[in-house]
Amino acid sequence: MGLIGETIDSIKSIQIRQLLTQAISLGMIVTSALIIWKALMCVTGSESPVVVVLSGSMEPGFKRGDILFLRMSKDPIRAGEIVVFNVDGRDIPIVHRVIKVHERENTGEVDVLTKGDNNYGDDRLLYAEGQQWLHRHHIMGRAVGFLPYVGWVTIIMTEKPIIKYILIGALGLLVITSKD
Amino acid sequence: MHSFGYRANALLTFAVTILAFMCAIASFSDNFSNQTPSAQIQILNINWFQKQPHGNDEVSLTLNITADLQSLFTWNTKQVFAFVAAEYKTSKNSLNQVSLWDAIIPEIEHAKFWIQISNKYRFIDQGHNLRGKDFNLTLHWHVMPKTGKMFADKIVMSGYRLPDAYR
Repeated sequence: MGLIGETIDSIKSIQIRQLLTQAISLGMIVTSALIIWKALMCVTGSESPVVVVLSGSMEPGFKRGDILFLRMSKDPIRAGEIVVFNVDGRDIPIVHRVIKVHERENTGEVDVLTKGDNNYGDDRLLYAEGQQWLHRHHIMGRAVGFLPYVGWVTIIMTEKPIIKYILIGALGLLVITSKD
Repeated sequence: MHSFGYRANALLTFAVTILAFMCAIASFSDNFSNQTPSAQIQILNINWFQKQPHGNDEVSLTLNITADLQSLFTWNTKQVFAFVAAEYKTSKNSLNQVSLWDAIIPEIEHAKFWIQISNKYRFIDQGHNLRGKDFNLTLHWHVMPKTGKMFADKIVMSGYRLPDAYR
Protein backbone atom coordinates (compact mmCIF):
# COMPACT_ATOMS: atom_id res chain seq x y z
CA MET A 1 0.00 0.00 0.00
CA GLY A 2 2.82 2.36 0.87
CA LEU A 3 4.54 1.52 -2.41
CA ILE A 4 1.47 2.41 -4.47
CA GLY A 5 1.08 5.67 -2.51
CA GLU A 6 4.72 6.51 -3.14
CA THR A 7 4.38 5.68 -6.81
CA ILE A 8 1.34 7.91 -7.24
CA ASP A 9 3.12 10.73 -5.38
CA SER A 10 6.18 10.48 -7.55
CA ILE A 11 4.07 10.43 -10.72
CA LYS A 12 2.26 13.55 -9.57
CA SER A 13 5.49 15.37 -8.78
CA ILE A 14 7.07 14.93 -12.18
CA GLN A 15 7.99 18.13 -13.93
CA ILE A 16 7.77 18.45 -17.66
CA ARG A 17 11.48 19.19 -18.12
CA GLN A 18 12.55 16.18 -16.11
CA LEU A 19 10.14 13.98 -18.04
CA LEU A 20 11.51 15.21 -21.35
CA THR A 21 15.08 14.62 -20.20
CA GLN A 22 14.23 11.09 -19.24
CA ALA A 23 12.43 10.49 -22.51
CA ILE A 24 15.44 11.72 -24.44
CA SER A 25 17.82 9.50 -22.43
CA LEU A 26 15.64 6.53 -23.15
CA GLY A 27 15.53 7.49 -26.82
CA MET A 28 19.32 7.76 -26.87
CA ILE A 29 19.70 4.25 -25.47
CA VAL A 30 17.31 2.80 -28.02
CA THR A 31 18.93 4.61 -30.94
CA SER A 32 22.46 3.65 -29.93
CA ALA A 33 21.36 0.01 -29.81
CA LEU A 34 19.94 0.45 -33.30
CA ILE A 35 23.15 2.11 -34.52
CA ILE A 36 25.24 -0.78 -33.19
CA TRP A 37 22.94 -3.27 -34.91
CA LYS A 38 23.11 -1.48 -38.26
CA ALA A 39 26.88 -1.09 -37.97
CA LEU A 40 27.18 -4.84 -37.37
CA MET A 41 25.09 -5.41 -40.49
CA CYS A 42 27.57 -3.31 -42.49
CA VAL A 43 30.68 -4.91 -41.02
CA THR A 44 29.56 -8.48 -41.49
CA GLY A 45 27.86 -7.87 -44.83
CA SER A 46 24.85 -9.88 -43.77
CA GLU A 47 21.25 -8.85 -43.26
CA SER A 48 21.21 -10.40 -39.83
CA PRO A 49 24.62 -10.60 -38.26
CA VAL A 50 23.41 -12.69 -35.33
CA VAL A 51 20.82 -15.48 -35.37
CA VAL A 52 19.41 -17.70 -32.67
CA VAL A 53 19.30 -21.45 -33.31
CA LEU A 54 15.66 -22.48 -33.07
CA SER A 55 15.61 -26.18 -33.85
CA GLY A 56 17.64 -29.24 -32.94
CA SER A 57 18.54 -30.13 -36.49
CA MET A 58 22.22 -29.31 -36.07
CA GLU A 59 22.79 -31.09 -32.77
CA PRO A 60 25.08 -31.85 -31.06
CA GLY A 61 26.99 -28.97 -32.58
CA PHE A 62 24.34 -26.26 -32.21
CA LYS A 63 21.61 -26.66 -29.70
CA ARG A 64 18.40 -24.70 -29.44
CA GLY A 65 19.17 -21.40 -27.78
CA ASP A 66 22.70 -20.92 -29.07
CA ILE A 67 23.52 -17.81 -31.04
CA LEU A 68 25.51 -17.77 -34.25
CA PHE A 69 27.64 -14.97 -35.66
CA LEU A 70 27.27 -14.63 -39.40
CA ARG A 71 29.37 -13.15 -42.12
CA MET A 72 28.61 -12.81 -45.78
CA SER A 73 31.37 -12.24 -48.31
CA LYS A 74 31.64 -12.47 -52.04
CA ASP A 75 33.59 -15.73 -51.68
CA PRO A 76 31.96 -18.64 -53.45
CA ILE A 77 29.86 -21.02 -51.43
CA ARG A 78 31.64 -24.31 -50.83
CA ALA A 79 30.66 -27.65 -49.36
CA GLY A 80 30.91 -27.91 -45.58
CA GLU A 81 30.05 -24.32 -44.83
CA ILE A 82 27.25 -23.71 -42.40
CA VAL A 83 24.88 -21.28 -44.07
CA VAL A 84 21.76 -19.45 -43.01
CA PHE A 85 19.08 -19.25 -45.65
CA ASN A 86 15.50 -18.19 -46.14
CA VAL A 87 13.13 -20.30 -48.14
CA ASP A 88 10.81 -18.29 -50.42
CA GLY A 89 7.58 -17.68 -48.62
CA ARG A 90 8.87 -18.52 -45.16
CA ASP A 91 10.27 -15.96 -42.78
CA ILE A 92 12.16 -18.16 -40.35
CA PRO A 93 15.81 -18.56 -41.38
CA ILE A 94 17.27 -22.05 -41.36
CA VAL A 95 20.83 -22.86 -40.36
CA HIS A 96 22.19 -25.97 -42.07
CA ARG A 97 25.35 -27.25 -43.72
CA VAL A 98 26.03 -27.28 -47.46
CA ILE A 99 26.52 -30.81 -48.75
CA LYS A 100 26.40 -30.35 -52.52
CA VAL A 101 27.63 -27.53 -54.74
CA HIS A 102 27.34 -27.20 -58.50
CA GLU A 103 28.86 -23.99 -59.78
CA ARG A 104 28.27 -22.86 -63.36
CA GLU A 105 31.27 -22.20 -65.55
CA ASN A 106 30.38 -18.89 -67.12
CA THR A 107 28.01 -17.06 -64.87
CA GLY A 108 29.33 -18.16 -61.48
CA GLU A 109 25.80 -19.00 -60.40
CA VAL A 110 25.63 -21.87 -58.02
CA ASP A 111 23.20 -24.65 -57.09
CA VAL A 112 23.45 -25.61 -53.45
CA LEU A 113 21.93 -28.42 -51.43
CA THR A 114 21.89 -28.29 -47.65
CA LYS A 115 21.23 -30.71 -44.82
CA GLY A 116 21.01 -30.45 -41.07
CA ASP A 117 23.69 -32.53 -39.35
CA ASN A 118 21.14 -34.23 -37.15
CA ASN A 119 18.55 -34.80 -39.89
CA TYR A 120 18.34 -38.04 -41.78
CA GLY A 121 17.60 -36.58 -45.21
CA ASP A 122 18.58 -33.47 -47.09
CA ASP A 123 16.62 -30.24 -47.08
CA ARG A 124 14.67 -30.69 -50.30
CA LEU A 125 11.54 -31.22 -48.18
CA LEU A 126 12.05 -27.79 -46.65
CA TYR A 127 12.52 -25.94 -49.91
CA ALA A 128 9.63 -24.37 -51.79
CA GLU A 129 7.37 -26.48 -53.97
CA GLY A 130 9.37 -27.88 -56.89
CA GLN A 131 12.62 -26.29 -55.78
CA GLN A 132 15.60 -28.65 -55.92
CA TRP A 133 18.47 -26.28 -55.19
CA LEU A 134 19.24 -23.15 -53.28
CA HIS A 135 20.83 -20.20 -55.05
CA ARG A 136 23.09 -17.48 -53.82
CA HIS A 137 20.31 -15.00 -53.24
CA HIS A 138 18.64 -17.31 -50.74
CA ILE A 139 21.69 -17.38 -48.52
CA MET A 140 21.98 -14.69 -45.86
CA GLY A 141 25.32 -15.55 -44.35
CA ARG A 142 27.85 -18.10 -43.24
CA ALA A 143 28.22 -19.03 -39.58
CA VAL A 144 31.71 -18.18 -38.34
CA GLY A 145 31.39 -18.31 -34.56
CA PHE A 146 29.00 -19.13 -31.83
CA LEU A 147 28.05 -18.61 -28.21
CA PRO A 148 26.08 -21.21 -26.26
CA TYR A 149 22.87 -20.58 -24.31
CA VAL A 150 22.73 -16.80 -24.84
CA GLY A 151 19.85 -17.05 -27.30
CA TRP A 152 17.38 -18.45 -24.77
CA VAL A 153 16.42 -14.88 -23.83
CA THR A 154 15.15 -14.28 -27.35
CA ILE A 155 13.38 -17.64 -27.55
CA ILE A 156 11.56 -17.05 -24.26
CA MET A 157 10.52 -13.57 -25.29
CA THR A 158 9.23 -14.79 -28.65
CA GLU A 159 7.36 -17.84 -27.44
CA LYS A 160 5.86 -16.32 -24.33
CA PRO A 161 5.17 -12.71 -25.30
CA ILE A 162 3.60 -12.07 -21.92
CA ILE A 163 7.11 -11.98 -20.45
CA LYS A 164 8.12 -9.35 -23.01
CA TYR A 165 5.18 -7.15 -22.00
CA ILE A 166 5.89 -7.57 -18.31
CA LEU A 167 9.54 -6.64 -18.85
CA ILE A 168 8.74 -3.56 -20.91
CA GLY A 169 6.06 -2.54 -18.44
CA ALA A 170 8.43 -2.88 -15.50
CA LEU A 171 11.15 -0.95 -17.34
CA GLY A 172 8.72 1.82 -18.20
CA LEU A 173 7.59 2.04 -14.59
CA LEU A 174 11.19 2.18 -13.42
CA VAL A 175 11.95 5.03 -15.82
CA ILE A 176 8.94 7.03 -14.72
CA THR A 177 9.45 6.60 -11.00
CA SER A 178 13.23 6.97 -10.76
CA LYS A 179 14.50 10.35 -9.74
CA ASP A 180 17.53 10.51 -12.00
CA MET B 1 24.48 5.00 -4.55
CA HIS B 2 24.67 2.01 -2.31
CA SER B 3 21.21 0.60 -2.73
CA PHE B 4 20.62 -3.02 -3.55
CA GLY B 5 19.56 -2.09 -7.09
CA TYR B 6 22.79 -0.32 -7.92
CA ARG B 7 24.95 -3.03 -6.47
CA ALA B 8 23.08 -5.80 -8.25
CA ASN B 9 23.34 -3.88 -11.51
CA ALA B 10 27.10 -3.31 -11.14
CA LEU B 11 27.68 -6.94 -10.20
CA LEU B 12 25.67 -8.24 -13.12
CA THR B 13 27.41 -5.98 -15.64
CA PHE B 14 30.80 -6.98 -14.33
CA ALA B 15 29.92 -10.68 -14.41
CA VAL B 16 28.66 -10.52 -17.98
CA THR B 17 31.75 -8.57 -19.11
CA ILE B 18 34.09 -11.10 -17.53
CA LEU B 19 32.16 -13.99 -19.08
CA ALA B 20 32.35 -12.40 -22.52
CA PHE B 21 36.06 -11.79 -22.05
CA MET B 22 36.66 -15.41 -21.05
CA CYS B 23 34.76 -16.68 -24.10
CA ALA B 24 36.88 -14.44 -26.34
CA ILE B 25 40.14 -15.64 -24.75
CA ALA B 26 39.06 -19.29 -25.00
CA SER B 27 38.39 -18.81 -28.68
CA PHE B 28 41.65 -16.93 -29.21
CA SER B 29 43.65 -19.75 -27.62
CA ASP B 30 42.51 -22.02 -30.44
CA ASN B 31 44.81 -20.12 -32.81
CA PHE B 32 47.86 -21.53 -31.06
CA SER B 33 47.12 -25.20 -31.49
CA ASN B 34 49.39 -27.14 -33.82
CA GLN B 35 47.22 -29.11 -36.20
CA THR B 36 48.59 -32.08 -38.14
CA PRO B 37 45.74 -34.24 -39.30
CA SER B 38 46.24 -37.04 -41.80
CA ALA B 39 43.94 -39.12 -43.93
CA GLN B 40 43.81 -41.67 -46.70
CA ILE B 41 40.90 -42.72 -48.84
CA GLN B 42 40.71 -45.75 -51.08
CA ILE B 43 37.93 -46.63 -53.46
CA LEU B 44 37.40 -50.32 -52.89
CA ASN B 45 34.68 -50.90 -55.41
CA ILE B 46 32.37 -49.20 -57.85
CA ASN B 47 29.10 -50.83 -56.91
CA TRP B 48 27.13 -49.53 -59.85
CA PHE B 49 27.24 -46.69 -62.33
CA GLN B 50 24.11 -45.82 -64.28
CA LYS B 51 22.23 -43.08 -66.04
CA GLN B 52 19.01 -42.36 -64.18
CA PRO B 53 15.64 -42.00 -65.92
CA HIS B 54 15.79 -38.22 -65.61
CA GLY B 55 19.09 -38.14 -67.48
CA ASN B 56 21.62 -37.66 -64.67
CA ASP B 57 24.50 -40.00 -64.00
CA GLU B 58 24.66 -41.70 -60.65
CA VAL B 59 27.41 -43.80 -59.15
CA SER B 60 27.61 -45.84 -55.98
CA LEU B 61 31.05 -46.46 -54.44
CA THR B 62 32.46 -48.33 -51.49
CA LEU B 63 35.11 -46.27 -49.74
CA ASN B 64 37.78 -47.17 -47.24
CA ILE B 65 38.57 -44.12 -45.13
CA THR B 66 41.47 -43.95 -42.67
CA ALA B 67 42.06 -40.75 -40.74
CA ASP B 68 43.80 -39.37 -37.71
CA LEU B 69 42.20 -36.11 -36.63
CA GLN B 70 43.32 -36.20 -33.01
CA SER B 71 45.53 -33.13 -33.29
CA LEU B 72 42.50 -30.97 -34.15
CA PHE B 73 41.00 -31.28 -30.67
CA THR B 74 41.78 -28.53 -28.19
CA TRP B 75 40.33 -27.95 -24.74
CA ASN B 76 37.81 -25.60 -26.38
CA THR B 77 36.53 -28.16 -28.90
CA LYS B 78 33.00 -29.47 -28.66
CA GLN B 79 33.04 -31.69 -31.74
CA VAL B 80 34.71 -32.12 -35.10
CA PHE B 81 32.49 -32.62 -38.12
CA ALA B 82 34.29 -34.54 -40.85
CA PHE B 83 33.04 -35.26 -44.33
CA VAL B 84 34.36 -36.63 -47.60
CA ALA B 85 33.41 -34.86 -50.81
CA ALA B 86 34.06 -35.73 -54.43
CA GLU B 87 35.15 -32.71 -56.48
CA TYR B 88 35.22 -32.64 -60.25
CA LYS B 89 34.79 -30.35 -63.21
CA THR B 90 32.42 -30.70 -66.14
CA SER B 91 31.88 -28.69 -69.29
CA LYS B 92 28.80 -26.98 -67.84
CA ASN B 93 29.98 -26.59 -64.25
CA SER B 94 33.35 -25.20 -63.26
CA LEU B 95 33.14 -26.92 -59.88
CA ASN B 96 31.01 -29.70 -58.49
CA GLN B 97 31.30 -30.78 -54.90
CA VAL B 98 29.23 -33.75 -53.78
CA SER B 99 29.39 -34.89 -50.18
CA LEU B 100 29.60 -38.67 -50.00
CA TRP B 101 29.91 -39.34 -46.29
CA ASP B 102 30.05 -37.40 -43.06
CA ALA B 103 30.47 -38.10 -39.37
CA ILE B 104 30.36 -36.24 -36.12
CA ILE B 105 33.37 -36.89 -33.89
CA PRO B 106 32.43 -35.86 -30.37
CA GLU B 107 35.62 -36.81 -28.53
CA ILE B 108 39.29 -37.13 -29.19
CA GLU B 109 39.19 -40.90 -28.61
CA HIS B 110 37.01 -41.33 -31.70
CA ALA B 111 39.17 -39.09 -33.87
CA LYS B 112 41.48 -41.81 -35.12
CA PHE B 113 39.38 -44.14 -37.20
CA TRP B 114 39.18 -46.60 -40.06
CA ILE B 115 35.85 -47.10 -41.77
CA GLN B 116 34.63 -48.95 -44.80
CA ILE B 117 31.24 -47.88 -46.12
CA SER B 118 29.34 -47.18 -49.26
CA ASN B 119 28.46 -43.56 -49.91
CA LYS B 120 25.94 -42.14 -47.48
CA TYR B 121 24.65 -39.52 -49.90
CA ARG B 122 23.89 -40.17 -53.54
CA PHE B 123 26.59 -39.19 -55.99
CA ILE B 124 24.46 -37.67 -58.75
CA ASP B 125 25.76 -35.40 -61.48
CA GLN B 126 23.90 -32.55 -63.17
CA GLY B 127 23.92 -34.21 -66.56
CA HIS B 128 25.68 -37.30 -67.83
CA ASN B 129 29.34 -36.33 -67.67
CA LEU B 130 30.74 -38.89 -65.26
CA ARG B 131 32.07 -41.55 -67.60
CA GLY B 132 35.84 -41.63 -67.41
CA LYS B 133 35.82 -38.60 -65.13
CA ASP B 134 38.88 -37.79 -63.01
CA PHE B 135 37.96 -36.48 -59.61
CA ASN B 136 39.46 -35.53 -56.25
CA LEU B 137 38.33 -36.87 -52.93
CA THR B 138 38.66 -34.28 -50.21
CA LEU B 139 38.40 -34.91 -46.50
CA HIS B 140 37.02 -31.72 -44.92
CA TRP B 141 36.83 -31.08 -41.22
CA HIS B 142 34.99 -28.42 -39.30
CA VAL B 143 36.03 -27.81 -35.71
CA MET B 144 33.09 -26.59 -33.65
CA PRO B 145 34.24 -24.97 -30.40
CA LYS B 146 32.58 -24.76 -27.03
CA THR B 147 32.55 -20.99 -27.59
CA GLY B 148 33.86 -18.72 -30.30
CA LYS B 149 35.28 -19.03 -33.76
CA MET B 150 34.88 -22.16 -35.87
CA PHE B 151 37.72 -23.47 -38.01
CA ALA B 152 37.53 -25.52 -41.17
CA ASP B 153 40.13 -26.99 -43.46
CA LYS B 154 40.65 -29.93 -45.78
CA ILE B 155 43.03 -32.48 -47.29
CA VAL B 156 42.75 -32.97 -51.05
CA MET B 157 43.53 -36.38 -52.48
CA SER B 158 43.59 -36.60 -56.24
CA GLY B 159 44.02 -39.32 -58.77
CA TYR B 160 40.64 -41.05 -58.66
CA ARG B 161 38.84 -41.92 -61.85
CA LEU B 162 35.42 -43.26 -62.70
CA PRO B 163 35.09 -46.10 -65.22
CA ASP B 164 34.59 -45.27 -68.87
CA ALA B 165 31.37 -47.18 -69.27
CA TYR B 166 28.20 -47.70 -67.26
CA ARG B 167 27.93 -50.90 -65.29
